Amino acid sequence: MACVEDLNKEIVLSGASFKEAREYVEAHCTEIYYVNPGFRLFEKHMIGIPPIAIGLEGDMILFPFTKPCYGTFLIRAEHAEEAARLRSLGLKTTKDKK
Amino acid sequence: MTEDVNKQEHATLFLGCPEVPVQMGISLYLSHMLRKSGRQVTIAANPSVIKLARVADPERHYMDKMIDLDRCIGDIAEKKRSTDMAILFAHNDAGITYAATVRYLHPGRLVLVLFGRHAEELVSSVDFPCEMIVEKAVHDPVGLKKKLDEVFQWPA
Repeated sequence: MACVEDLNKEIVLSGASFKEAREYVEAHCTEIYYVNPGFRLFEKHMIGIPPIAIGLEGDMILFPFTKPCYGTFLIRAEHAEEAARLRSLGLKTTKDKK
Repeated sequence: MTEDVNKQEHATLFLGCPEVPVQMGISLYLSHMLRKSGRQVTIAANPSVIKLARVADPERHYMDKMIDLDRCIGDIAEKKRSTDMAILFAHNDAGITYAATVRYLHPGRLVLVLFGRHAEELVSSVDFPCEMIVEKAVHDPVGLKKKLDEVFQWPA
C-alpha cells in the first residue's frame, strides 16, 4: 500500500475550500464513492466534512487532502490496488446519496 | 480515556496552522487553566505548533502531552484514543474541515474557537453541532480570553 506522500500524483486543486474540492469531484467524475471522516485511504485517515466524495476514473483516484496551513488539495493518483479496494467495500455511491 | 488511569476529565486542544499569532498565546493560557482546574490536557497540533510550544514552554509547565494532529485524529478514528472534551481552534476553511472531522469522530463536548480576521465569515460554514466562541482576534488575545473565561467559569 502506498502512502499519500509517496504517490505519483497530480494536484488538481490547491488552496481550495473543502466544499470546492467536493464539488469538483461531483462535477467531473461519473464514479463517486462517499466516505466519512477517518476513512483510511492510502494509509491516512481522511480529514473532511462528511460526506467526503472520492472519484474514480479507471485506476485513477481523485480525493481531497487537507493540511492545516495550506487548505484542501484535490489529488489525482493512479493506484489499481486502492481503486479496486474502494470498489469492493460497498461504499455509498452518488445514486445512494441522491 | 484509554490513556488515563484515573477519573480526571480529559480535554484535547486541536491546534492548526500557527500563522495567526493569537493562537499560541491563548492555547498556552487555555491549557494552563484547564490543568489548573483539574483536567488532564493533550495538545494535538501540527509540527510547527509543537515546536513553538516546546520553545515557549521548555519545562512543560503549560503544555505537557503533545501529539501530532493527524495521528491524534487517526487514533480517535481507530478507537485507540478518546477524550471527554475537544476544543478546536480554527481560523480558515482547513480548520473548519478538521473540526467537522473531530465532530464526526468525537461524540462528546466540542468547543470550536473561531478566531482571526475572518472569524465571523467562518460561522456560516459550521453546520455541525458544537459550542462556538467567535472573536476577530489576530494579535490581541484579551477578547478571546474573556470569552473562554465565560465559557469555562474557572473555579476561584
